[in-house]
Amino acid sequence: MKQDIILAGVGGQGILSIATVIGAAALEQGLYLKQAEVHGMSQRGGDVQSHLRLSSEPIYSDLIPRGGASLIVSMEPMEALRYVPWLAPDGWIVTGITPLVNIPDYPDPEKVMAALHQFPHVVALDADAIAKGLNNPRGANMVLLGAMSTGLDILEPEHLREGIRRIFARKGEAVVEANLKAFDAGAAQHLEEA
Amino acid sequence: MLGDEAVALGALHAGLSGVYAYPGTPSTEITEYIQLHPLTRERNVHCTWSANEKTAMEAALGMSYAGKRALVCFKHVGLNVAADPFMGSAMTGANGGLVIASCDDPSMHSSQNEQDSRFYGAFAMMPVFEPSSQAEAYAMTRAAFDYSEKRGIPVLMRMTTRMSHSRAVVENGENIREQNSLHYPENQRQWVTLPVNARVRNRQLIKDYAQFEEDAAASPFNKLTDGKDRSLGIIACGIAYNYLMENFPDGCPYPVLKLSQYPFPRKLAEQLASWCKTILVMEEGQPMVEERLKGVYPSGITIKGRLDGSLPRDGELSPEAAREALGLPANKRFPASDVVAPRPPALCQGCGHRDFYTALNQVLKDYPGARVFGDIGCYTLGWMPPFNSLHTCVEMGASLTMAQGAAFSGTWPAVAVIGDSTFTHSGMTGLLDAVNDRADVTLCISDNLTTGMTGGQDSAGTGRIEAICEGLGVPKEHIRTIVPLPKNYPDMEKVIREEIEYHGVSVIVCRRECIQTLRRHAAKK
Repeated sequence: MKQDIILAGVGGQGILSIATVIGAAALEQGLYLKQAEVHGMSQRGGDVQSHLRLSSEPIYSDLIPRGGASLIVSMEPMEALRYVPWLAPDGWIVTGITPLVNIPDYPDPEKVMAALHQFPHVVALDADAIAKGLNNPRGANMVLLGAMSTGLDILEPEHLREGIRRIFARKGEAVVEANLKAFDAGAAQHLEEA
Repeated sequence: MLGDEAVALGALHAGLSGVYAYPGTPSTEITEYIQLHPLTRERNVHCTWSANEKTAMEAALGMSYAGKRALVCFKHVGLNVAADPFMGSAMTGANGGLVIASCDDPSMHSSQNEQDSRFYGAFAMMPVFEPSSQAEAYAMTRAAFDYSEKRGIPVLMRMTTRMSHSRAVVENGENIREQNSLHYPENQRQWVTLPVNARVRNRQLIKDYAQFEEDAAASPFNKLTDGKDRSLGIIACGIAYNYLMENFPDGCPYPVLKLSQYPFPRKLAEQLASWCKTILVMEEGQPMVEERLKGVYPSGITIKGRLDGSLPRDGELSPEAAREALGLPANKRFPASDVVAPRPPALCQGCGHRDFYTALNQVLKDYPGARVFGDIGCYTLGWMPPFNSLHTCVEMGASLTMAQGAAFSGTWPAVAVIGDSTFTHSGMTGLLDAVNDRADVTLCISDNLTTGMTGGQDSAGTGRIEAICEGLGVPKEHIRTIVPLPKNYPDMEKVIREEIEYHGVSVIVCRRECIQTLRRHAAKK
């Protein structure tokens, strides 16, 4: 069993935290894992992505082949679209819908959403609004992790929750609880959409 | 852990006494991991940043001379800066184990070129290790220290972006080795490279290099395996091996030479050619092995790779590039969306470089002949809209020296822009030249009190920039300090204008803390 995931966003949006939680959960389950990250110049507000590969068998390539990702998870709608060449024909896109506009030629958001909805399996949710509603505006990434968790067949949700506890433990119990709430809200959202 | 972290841990477990490094993507995390590791404190391992790659390489060579194990880390272009002591270290040889980790950046994710460090290994007649996985990065780093001491030669550890910045599980921690004690080389003559000694040593090194090749042929990290289909033979170097095997989950049908230790073991390549008439070379970076093979193989053997177009001539490899070269059908995939706009990196909101460029642009509106010579760092992004402030950017330290040459040629105003860390890395010697030349240049040091681009490492001259400039001979009244903030624009513009109008060397230190490190410091409080 294997699952290849592209995590996408803009530098500073917290996609590496999603990857870290999934990584902790994968280790907990004894899975093989490879995770390619982007460091350096692109982190300055540019597009960033992480290739995350989980498998019960040894993994060779650090990069996911184009057409091979079962999931694209993006904090931002245009960034989700950027990686569609990596999406498997039956793959899912889980994305936040709030555009992050830090470039002058950002396309019309309606066009972006229309292009996204041409793909067969899309879960689009307002992760930012949900996180704000929970008084945890920085928890949008955990909302998204929750939303993707139901499509993440290879991992048990309880291991993901354990991953959140472990990764955020040093920031205190309140942060852990807030992020678990964000995770649950995202998971509930996915069920509604799907 | 990251591949970089695997190298760091491998070095610590090999009994490391010091890491010497200058930050540079994708190598930075090696040193950062060592800085935070408990063993570092316990064993008093040296781990502070060096002023540049050359000083790092030299300090590490000194540690090796004293019998202890030293690691040097930098990005591929850092090896250019360190090239002099690097080449020299092959002549002195190593006493304590000496490993140089040079991290290449094919596809130039965060670099100005794609150079392949393996060429430096062959150039210096030094063994090169190139791991194919994070687990191998750990094991090979440990092996590299042992090998360095066994053969009395530094070892170049070549990494590439995807190896450095990808995570995987690494089993580790068996037989953690003690550090070496102080002991000096038996052959003292070798460490004084006067021609009379160097000639002797050079002949010995040539002999040793043949031995290194024998060792590479017998290395457990190089593996020749036969396959049931001999219509194609494959040489897969470093992580290219992963892109190959990714396409054959049930095992590769072709004979494969997995290559992770150099000098290039001709014996294994000849064995492969005795089985196969067509050889595909897969290597990350430049076609080094592919070029070498032309001198190894008899005519009648077809060599495929980056040179004949079987693989892309530039950029990093990928599973799909490998797939195409292997003649396998492409995966079904969606086409790229035409709605997507590029999102290049940009200076952070609130960054002091932004305010500096705003003021500089305002002043230079009145000087149509102005040319602005840039340097390497976050502030290179000032070339992009909305600033469009820079005319050049070449390598670390080139801003002021290029401005000096242009000024002599008639450019006025000739303005140089450099960051504080790049200034102490390799701008100071250029400033001395400019002072001695009485060059008509204006040097702007955009000082954010850190090495920003690589994530906020200590900068070697923090707190002493003005004193350094004064010491190098810049007149005190032409060393001006400004604080880049919107409310200071009128003052900033006045100072910039005055120093442009001064026909000599002037320095404007434009100082405000990096917004990223400021946030981190605030969070700590």
